Amino acid sequence: MIGDHSLSGPLDDVAADAGHLAPPPRVGFFTDTSVCIGCKACEVACKEWNLVPEDGLNLLGMSFDNTGMLGANSWRHVAFIEQQVPLGNQDTGLAGLPTGPSGIEQMTDAISSTLRHAERGGGELGTTPLHVDSEPQSLGMPSFDRPGARTGAEDRTDFRWLMASDVCKHCTHAGCLDVCPTGALLRTEFGTVVVQQDICNGCGYCVSGCPYGVIDRRPHDGRAQKCTLCYDRLRDGLEPACAKACPTDSIQFGPLEELRAHAAQRVEQLHELGVTEARLYGHDPNDGVGGNGAFFLLLDEPEVYGLPPDPVVPTRDLPAMWKYAGIAASAFLAAAVAAFAGGGH
Amino acid sequence: MSNSGVNSPLAEPPDGPDAHGAAAQTLARGQRRRARGRRGDDGSREQSMVPRAEFRSYYGRPVLKPPVWEWKVPAYLFTGGLSAGSAVLAAGADLTSRPALRRAGRISSLLTLLVSAYFLIADLGRPERFHHMLRVAKPTSPMSVGTWILTLYAPGVGIAALSELLPAKARRTIPGRLLDRLARPAALASAALAPAVASYTAVLLSQTAAPAWHEAHPQLPFIFTGSAAASAGGLAMVLTPVDEAGPARMFACYGGVSELVASKLMEQQLGLSSEAYTTGRAHQLRKWSQRLTTAGLIGATLAGRRSRAIAGASGLALLAGSALQRFGVFEAGVASTKDPKYVVVPQRQRLDRSS
Repeated sequence: MIGDHSLSGPLDDVAADAGHLAPPPRVGFFTDTSVCIGCKACEVACKEWNLVPEDGLNLLGMSFDNTGMLGANSWRHVAFIEQQVPLGNQDTGLAGLPTGPSGIEQMTDAISSTLRHAERGGGELGTTPLHVDSEPQSLGMPSFDRPGARTGAEDRTDFRWLMASDVCKHCTHAGCLDVCPTGALLRTEFGTVVVQQDICNGCGYCVSGCPYGVIDRRPHDGRAQKCTLCYDRLRDGLEPACAKACPTDSIQFGPLEELRAHAAQRVEQLHELGVTEARLYGHDPNDGVGGNGAFFLLLDEPEVYGLPPDPVVPTRDLPAMWKYAGIAASAFLAAAVAAFAGGGH
Repeated sequence: MSNSGVNSPLAEPPDGPDAHGAAAQTLARGQRRRARGRRGDDGSREQSMVPRAEFRSYYGRPVLKPPVWEWKVPAYLFTGGLSAGSAVLAAGADLTSRPALRRAGRISSLLTLLVSAYFLIADLGRPERFHHMLRVAKPTSPMSVGTWILTLYAPGVGIAALSELLPAKARRTIPGRLLDRLARPAALASAALAPAVASYTAVLLSQTAAPAWHEAHPQLPFIFTGSAAASAGGLAMVLTPVDEAGPARMFACYGGVSELVASKLMEQQLGLSSEAYTTGRAHQLRKWSQRLTTAGLIGATLAGRRSRAIAGASGLALLAGSALQRFGVFEAGVASTKDPKYVVVPQRQRLDRSS
């Protein structure tokens, strides 16, 4: 049953490895963040189609992102990042001019230090960092003036926005799927990873098994929830709701092979246009999870978007872990034998 | 709180008292990352762009999901280990004719197993579906493996304990005699599985993305089996007269020493993740665990053979030390998922090394 790359490494046909006979081609998402406009239509479409409950109508106070992260009640999440760097060859006209300091770093510091005190370290959906007892602080935004009303150097700041719609990665080697003790998590014929809601007993192991922090247990429901890549729509030959709703085709759905080829072309094109920081994330079958079913084109390092830079499926080390456990178990038994053989002195 | 400089609370303005330190960090970072060369270096931007931290993150939000497990999980780690250790002691006592030790071991291994089962089921999001664990046997899931280990382990423990608890009158009936006859093989079978019960929980925690648990996979099994032996030996020292408790003392000493040594090695050999063990609540819990285990070891070695009172006190210290160790290890793993530095920094270093 367990082949060479069943635990980690590249795997040509995940569905066949999981036991599907003559499966259809593996499908996935290619999310090209360079054309994302941050409209959140994907978040809304996902919620509507999948009947995902509300995740806290909070203003998180850090950007236009008021979702914060993926979770049981948020299967798509649009991240917003402000940075003081130009995009590609873009000229904002501010290059030669003095500019004032931006509030970006201050804001990040304020948020990260208060998040530590929040429930689950901010890992709960809708966690706002602003309810900690501290003096209100000005982060320099938003301004109450009309745009452009003030013209001094200290009011000019140069920045770009990065927006990216995050989603479950549908890993080739899925940490959540490997650790699930009930078989609730399964690999579908499309190569995606889905939780069977009638089986899941809410043990919570998948929550800790995911190296991306995607899957979570839904409060008051008790079962694990995450993106299904619209399994029901796939079976009817439809594309997932988020991809359907995306107005700029930032979210592209299709057979993974095609998406990978297209993504490689897109990166090349962007590099030619001077956007040298464009890079793919999760496309490589040789990475720590054997490549993602949902991969991304990013304009900065993955951690800036809240993604782990080099995730590895915990299962990769499974043989080593059992080896150490076996040695420890033997020592435990040997100690007991020795304790009695020694006559108790 | 245990925040490192990485996420120090924002207090000072850009030119405040800490600006110097921040600038130094910024400089170090800039040097490390100068290869990128995308950041402006015209003087006007020096305060901005580069975050004060030595790693980058999405507003400092956690990359991983903190575990949904509560206190019941570390409590199970403790009671499960205690049950396994007691089962081993009971089997040894049975084979070497130590009736008091045997009786204490058999009964306590069943009671702690029942408590374990409660903790395991109560921590589920849907406790009424606990039996779904039994619909598959899945080698890649330590929880599934553990479920089956416990399923095989439990009947022997139950039979052995029942035979101890049987009233004399019932013992003379046919089922009573059968139970008596079955007790030894059943107890031996469960004792043979006990090392697996005591050690699989280390793999259970290690096969997660939580950096402090995953990276500790070489040391955790020794900490956990050590903790199991120390607690079971400790409990037997409390419950058994000193002249029969000799093997329990030795077992406890092995356990305590193994736990302390493996725990020290873990702190030294883990990279950044050792910070999760040596700071904050995890540190407090483990510090007290080490103190109590050390005290228990000293008591058991010096006076465990002579004084029942000292033996009992040492046993209680070992029990408490073992429990605190489990809670400490649990807390460290949780802490390592809350702060993105435990995820981002080692992974970034790995990438930088390989490129």
